[in-house]
Amino acid sequence: MAGMAGSKQGGWPVHVAVIFLVILWVLPTFGLLVSSLRDKDLLAVSGWWTALTTTERNEVGRAPPPEEQAQEDAEYVISGNLFEADSGARVARFGVSIQRPDEFPVGETAEMRSGALLTVNEDGSYRMVSTEPFEGARGQRLFYTAAFPPDFTLANYEEVLTSEGIGQSFINSLTVTIPATIIPILIAAYAAYALAWMKFPGRALLLSVVVGLLVVPLQMSLIPLLKLYNDVGAIFGVPSKTYVGIWLAHTGFGMPLAIYLLRNYIAGLPGEIMESARIDGASDFDIFVRIVLPLSMPALAAFAIFQFLWVWNDLLVAMVFLGNGDDQLVLTGRLRELLGSRGGNWEILTASAFISIVVPLLVFFSLQRFLVRGLLAGSVKG
Amino acid sequence: MAAVELSDLKKSFGAVHVIKGVDLDIQQGEFVVFVGPSGCGKSTLLRLIAGLEDISSGELKIGGDVVNDVPPSKRGIAMVFQSYALYPHMTVYNNMAFGMKLARASKDEIEKRVGAAADILQLTPLLSRLPRQLSGGQRQRVAIGRAIVRDPKVFLFDEPLSNLDAALRVATRIQIAKLSESMPDTTMVYVTHDQVEAMTLADRIVVLNAGLVEQVGSPMELYHQPANLFVARFIGSPAMNIAPCTIEGANGQARVKVETGASVPVPADIPASAVGHKGTLGVRPEDLRVAKDGDAIFRGKTLLVENLGEVALIYIDSGDENEPIIAKVDGSVDMERDVEVGLTAAPEHFHVFDENGRAFPRQRA
Repeated sequence: MAGMAGSKQGGWPVHVAVIFLVILWVLPTFGLLVSSLRDKDLLAVSGWWTALTTTERNEVGRAPPPEEQAQEDAEYVISGNLFEADSGARVARFGVSIQRPDEFPVGETAEMRSGALLTVNEDGSYRMVSTEPFEGARGQRLFYTAAFPPDFTLANYEEVLTSEGIGQSFINSLTVTIPATIIPILIAAYAAYALAWMKFPGRALLLSVVVGLLVVPLQMSLIPLLKLYNDVGAIFGVPSKTYVGIWLAHTGFGMPLAIYLLRNYIAGLPGEIMESARIDGASDFDIFVRIVLPLSMPALAAFAIFQFLWVWNDLLVAMVFLGNGDDQLVLTGRLRELLGSRGGNWEILTASAFISIVVPLLVFFSLQRFLVRGLLAGSVKG
Repeated sequence: MAAVELSDLKKSFGAVHVIKGVDLDIQQGEFVVFVGPSGCGKSTLLRLIAGLEDISSGELKIGGDVVNDVPPSKRGIAMVFQSYALYPHMTVYNNMAFGMKLARASKDEIEKRVGAAADILQLTPLLSRLPRQLSGGQRQRVAIGRAIVRDPKVFLFDEPLSNLDAALRVATRIQIAKLSESMPDTTMVYVTHDQVEAMTLADRIVVLNAGLVEQVGSPMELYHQPANLFVARFIGSPAMNIAPCTIEGANGQARVKVETGASVPVPADIPASAVGHKGTLGVRPEDLRVAKDGDAIFRGKTLLVENLGEVALIYIDSGDENEPIIAKVDGSVDMERDVEVGLTAAPEHFHVFDENGRAFPRQRA
């Protein structure tokens, strides 16, 4: 509770620090979002910040092939538009050679090397006029400088969700994460209450063991744990790589921190409330369910956020305890795979990355309302 | 039959003995107040009765049954805590109904009992509020209401007024007194360190010191006939003045001689065997008055004069820096600092204690 209080102290250094942190976090995230919404070709040639405003750049268009020319009186004409309908782009200048795409202002008529006369209007429509018929198999190349308005598309998301397997992995990740968040909270809350408020022999020892387990590196216990799980699984005929296995693994890895956090919070609740409930006839279970749990919401939410983020972003445990098949590959694993196979396709990576961010953000914003101070206000003198 | 009966009750936390053997009978309907300095064990004793601490040895009976191993909820008690201990996430109504809900009482029954308790304490308009929306006095009333709903045989109060401001303390104290009057069959046990609360509320006061009972008696008994120096000094404010003395006469002509040389008759039954022994003479500040020349028992320079309007407190150098003689005299007395002054009192106001601090029985005036 104390950590959440105290907004009055600090003054401007705190504000500067907060603003710095906010920018540090929001800017890259925003860039990622913008990038994921851009056209994949543009993504490869310019930075995401250029996508927000109207930008001018040089482009090359190609007129239709000569066979589509029309004859008007004695002249041969090829006409068309450089842009797709409703694109909102505006031509600023145009040219007839690749070296000088900005040689002529719009509306003027330029003479091409073939002798034909080219007129390009601001809206992108153009007209090539020649006294001789146009020849050749391919259309003329047209060079122009144009201002393009911001243009966003959901096509990248459509692609990764449908064809790249992100959709399925998203579901796999949720399948891992939700139980792996709820199970440890349930177990740890019971344990925390017992360690905080029930008297039994060995309580202090048990608590110090839990605290000791906080510092055991995950990497050290990973393989022994897998072996143990497989051996026990073999007895019951359970396959080695299942969702149940990873739930148990994440539960185990999250438990010391969960118990430690929750115990400290629950031990800080006023003892008189519990004694009062005891006099009112409440058993330990009643006290836990009706009083301690509702009052521990901030701690439960804090830990839920921790555990959810950690499990959601986990790659190592998933690699060990789950298979690589489509029905088991989690989002982090899929991203890693995409990085290998489609590393150049930024539109896929940015969209996939953003999909994997969305869920933690939702979890945080939906749980942060529980992170309130003053939950105990009015209970005891304070 | 006593409502609450303590026989040689003891409580130790490890090697620390907090309650060292307390015998006490509390009658049904009695209002008993435990007082004593901090750490004397009065709260622990209350918690032993409540069942919140295990009894180390001895026997505790409530309503004639031994309840040493009976859980708190089955002892027929209700407790009001110093810190209110309301359930912060429940409304006032649910706070008061919590115990009955746990006992699976019918909804009508709960509504009736909570409604009645709320009526007594004027809590009806607050029933749907949360504790954090209440003032300190209202919170304590809710805590008392929660106790009433339990319909206990014994009410236990653990310094219930300590967290309230002065005005509210008086108001709530009067409310508790009324409550106790309106429930003549309900026994009340009340812990406080405030002797005003003890004197005004109690039928009987139990003075505790270092885990032992010093004296049990009605407020006036304790004031007029303290059993020993501790009780004499603890009851009354400012505390009783004491001075070493030598016992000069016994039986009918009990006299003592104080260090200033004055010899005074005292209203105490002193056995002849005590003559010549050292003792202690005590006199309450409110019984002292400024002496005319010659008949002063205490004499010294005034260290400090505190005039409170109705009364003035005069501190006189007694030779011991930490224990000046204090006299509570009429506020109209005009007194200055650093003036030699003598104090005396009518003989019937003197208390005499033997070498061990036990009082010689006083003759009733």
